[in-house]
Amino acid sequence: MSDIHSDHPMPSRRAFLKLALAAGASTGLLGLGQARAAIRSNARIVIAGAGAAGLAMANRLNSMLDGARITLIDGRKAHYYQPGFTLVGAGLKPASYVESTTGEFVPRNAEWIEEAVAEFDPDGNAVVTSSGRRVEYDFLVIATGLSLDYEAIQGMSPDLIGRDGIGSVYAGPQAAAATYAEMSRFADTGGVGLFGRPATEMKCAGAPLKYAFITEDTLTRRGNRSKAELIYAAHGGALFGVPIVSEKVRMLFAERGIDTVYRHVMTAIDPVRKIATYDTPDGTRELGYDFIHVVPPQRAPQAVRNSPLPWQDGPLAADGWVEANRQTLRHPRYDNVFAVGDIAGVPKGKTAASVKWQVPVAADHLVGTITGTPATSVYNGYTSCPLITRIGRAMLIEFDYDDNLVQSFPGLVAPLEELWVSWVMKETALKPTYYAMVRGLA
Amino acid sequence: MQELDPFVFFAVFQEMLGFWLWLLLAVAALGIGSFVYALVKDRGIRAGRFVYAQIVGIAGGFAALFFMWWITSSSIRDVGGAIDVVLVLAIWVGGFLGGTILSYGLMGLTGRSRRETPVVTRIPADTKAA
Repeated sequence: MSDIHSDHPMPSRRAFLKLALAAGASTGLLGLGQARAAIRSNARIVIAGAGAAGLAMANRLNSMLDGARITLIDGRKAHYYQPGFTLVGAGLKPASYVESTTGEFVPRNAEWIEEAVAEFDPDGNAVVTSSGRRVEYDFLVIATGLSLDYEAIQGMSPDLIGRDGIGSVYAGPQAAAATYAEMSRFADTGGVGLFGRPATEMKCAGAPLKYAFITEDTLTRRGNRSKAELIYAAHGGALFGVPIVSEKVRMLFAERGIDTVYRHVMTAIDPVRKIATYDTPDGTRELGYDFIHVVPPQRAPQAVRNSPLPWQDGPLAADGWVEANRQTLRHPRYDNVFAVGDIAGVPKGKTAASVKWQVPVAADHLVGTITGTPATSVYNGYTSCPLITRIGRAMLIEFDYDDNLVQSFPGLVAPLEELWVSWVMKETALKPTYYAMVRGLA
Repeated sequence: MQELDPFVFFAVFQEMLGFWLWLLLAVAALGIGSFVYALVKDRGIRAGRFVYAQIVGIAGGFAALFFMWWITSSSIRDVGGAIDVVLVLAIWVGGFLGGTILSYGLMGLTGRSRRETPVVTRIPADTKAA
């Protein structure tokens, strides 16, 4: 399947695309327009990280401020549309579907230092890049993203993805494509398929569930479902952080014959013997596999963990997530510092939809500090996940900090119903909406 | 959901379709323009041509549906909830209207001006008397 950008649209498609776009709005990726007049400022704003959150923040601040010096610091030249990784891993899209470049989204009058941030010095209002360059700021936005810690699983390495039954769509476009190759082989031969998630905070907590569903569907379509045993190893006592969603997934897993084991945290893998090892309340347990989808533990990048910026105590301290007020994204101890995206130490939502809703709030509060007019906007933890339950259907799950289901179209698009409309939205509307967000246009 | 404004919709459509957005708008403008032109030129709808256009429209409706299923890697078996049925109908109606208007307009532009009786026509004076 080619990218929709290169498909030949028919005139009759227009009306439908509008409907699909309206559905896309329900993910929360659509939002405010940019009608306000720019505010004069000569503030020096450093944005550490030029992924989805950093770029969206840079573009938004660029449109809100006139004269501010915006500096993005990130050594990554490639930009990935990460919500598309599961589609690549499902064999529906090529790796190129999710690939673009950082440079094409950097605002024209912003500076982009193509280096990683090596050190944060919030007491000195400066960051130091990997080449030793010190960059001072009036405001700092931390948008570094997170680190995938494959090595925390003994015996695991990203190099193993795509070999001997090991897959992981998280590691990047090529890894997602390689994961499909392994899953496809498994769908032909059958055996034991293992799925699960780490005990750490993670990006898109629905993706491990999606991949279990996708694998089950692929086996079914090839007529080989009876040859396979699928096991989902949940790290805790539930399948998803939102109880009502967890129950729905439990029911669907039971319906599809996907077995579930709880409180299993993967600690090691033996790629030769094809055995995964888990910590359980009853001790260590080994499970053999023919295919395994590995989701690595995830934590803050080293430079963030080495700084005074992370939480000092509480559940988000161990992995170094940046301390942030959950409603304003402002750092409680450094009031000129904000955190957006995956690195933000807030309870929920390491997704693109979270970014869409976090960035306007953080930008409002940053600009409010510049103008002396405190902002009133609040981030309520909104995030969303089009939870694919089979190829062609998804459940549009939207929720907030308090595990409330948030419905963008109450009475129309039911959150716990497997719908084609939710799938269509994921396939057609999310990617363009994501890129519009990154450009600061949505 | 925060407010939606037309600017956001347009920005997203631009991301979605790129160059094809402009082509699509041009084709839509051509269809509507030629349809209106045909209406004005003929002072009404020509029944025979309209029947042909509706046949094209019916095909257009199904083509729109199959196109959507193709680009979204799905099929009719994925249509489940009530909103899915509404979406299917909306796509079909969109395809039908698009196909009908465009084909009628193009026939009006390119067709040999067949002397057929318009649906809306003037009643001859002698029949009035009868």
